[in-house]
Amino acid sequence: MSPFFTLLRRDITLALREGGAIGTALGFYLIVIALLPLGLGPDLNLLSRIAPGLLWIALLLSALLSLGRMFETDFEDGSLELLAIGGMPLELVAAAKALAHWLTTGIPLALLAPVLGILLNLDIAAYGVLIATMLAGTPAISFIGAIGAALTLRARRGGLLLALLILPLYVPTLIYGISAISGALLATNAFWPSFLILSALSLGSLVLGPIAAAAALRIQMQ
Amino acid sequence: MDLGPHAAFIVASYAVFTLVLVSLTAWLFYDGARQKRLLEDLEAKGARRRSRETEGTK
Amino acid sequence: MMQKQSITQKLANPTRFMALSGTLLPWLAGIAVILIAYGLYRGWTAPPDYQQGETIRIMYIHVPSAWLGMMGYALIAVSSFGLLVFRHPLADVSAKAAAPIGAAFTMLALVTGSLWGKPMWGTYWVWDARLTSVLLLFFLYLGLIALRTSIEDESLASKLTAVLALVGVVILPFIKISVEGLSIPWLGLEIPAWNTLHQPSSVFRTDGPKIHASQLYPLLYSALGFTFLFFTLHMKGMRNEILRRRVKALRIAEVDRAREREAVAAAE
Repeated sequence: MSPFFTLLRRDITLALREGGAIGTALGFYLIVIALLPLGLGPDLNLLSRIAPGLLWIALLLSALLSLGRMFETDFEDGSLELLAIGGMPLELVAAAKALAHWLTTGIPLALLAPVLGILLNLDIAAYGVLIATMLAGTPAISFIGAIGAALTLRARRGGLLLALLILPLYVPTLIYGISAISGALLATNAFWPSFLILSALSLGSLVLGPIAAAAALRIQMQ
Repeated sequence: MDLGPHAAFIVASYAVFTLVLVSLTAWLFYDGARQKRLLEDLEAKGARRRSRETEGTK
Repeated sequence: MMQKQSITQKLANPTRFMALSGTLLPWLAGIAVILIAYGLYRGWTAPPDYQQGETIRIMYIHVPSAWLGMMGYALIAVSSFGLLVFRHPLADVSAKAAAPIGAAFTMLALVTGSLWGKPMWGTYWVWDARLTSVLLLFFLYLGLIALRTSIEDESLASKLTAVLALVGVVILPFIKISVEGLSIPWLGLEIPAWNTLHQPSSVFRTDGPKIHASQLYPLLYSALGFTFLFFTLHMKGMRNEILRRRVKALRIAEVDRAREREAVAAAE
């Protein structure tokens, strides 16, 4: 497992050193959430009612921004081919890169969400639930996103295409993420079922994502 | 034939349905004829496949 | 199993496929026309629905469209599996030809559904669970077509699109369950539909009206007829694609020969 962690540490270091990627995603998230009341009107009751949905959708879009770069540089400078002929299965390479994406994008976005919740007048009781659901749901974004990033490596208009391919696949995560928060807010017992389904979806994506992304990467390198 | 108060919706849905399927069919036949003509032109000019192995698919 | 293998192997030869499909095509088309005509005739002569009145006639094209939209995606998934695992030479031709036809039927299911919904629900679009999951299916089709058209190298595009189709078919059940809900009483499993969290379900009936025999049989005939139409169009599309690839192969061979001649002339 040691090469896995070496690769993971390298990718995290690169993402942190560049800094731009994380900053861009967080900045985009902030701006989208700040624009929404300007478009919808400053009605705090309305905003607090739709806040979970807005926070989730804006988070999806922000995470998409940095997905396209997941394999791009390594593919272009040939280090991906070196990794492929090295001892580590390509599935693990893809998993390490997706995990690095989650650690450097998913977690910061999930932690920023409650702060942005203030702007939308989100009920203070929901903050814990909000962070919990987002931490449970964002791995699916990175790991399913890895498939899209691997598929669009050599496509024209890759970034735009990536959004078209991947956003429909996020629908289950989005639905259960929002329904878990709504369930907790309405004090119904809908939180745990939704939260458990959401976690199961993320666990499933940990398997599906690397396998499919590695298959796509092998085809790309043929 | 009396289609009741919602006749327009019934007619419209059948019209759109027919239009889309007829244009899809027409396009497929046009495309088929065009590919056939291109192939015949090329063969008339004496183009040959390099080997029988690569026939059809690439 | 052995025999089936040999039949698919025989069909693997595009030349044999062209000959076979050429004879089969008119018959398929004929059966499709007869079944559709019979189904629609019986559907239109049946008494109108006691609840929905004459708008029930839309069902005879709406339900087959929705069915063929889903079947088309399944066909693409099976073809993609055939391409990636067995490297069947016709599998990619089949997947490529099925995509626009399946997308067209999915779009027709949406359009006829919304035209049926206006008199029933009062608006062209409600976020009804079934309608929404058909819309998401349409997005998956768009993704497949967009990915294939934005990659230059044809064989690369085929394989990557096949990977996407298989990923889609794995995730599609989860999308459907998350939108439409799932109920398996004997397991005690009950997952509510997505829209029950947002709007009262009394606005429209999610379970739909019970279907009467005088509507069911015409519906079955027309669904079968449109299925034959789907396969007719699919076979035609596959034939076109094979011809297109032959034209392309010939052109490449021509260019190569011309280049060789030039090289020989330059050497002299």
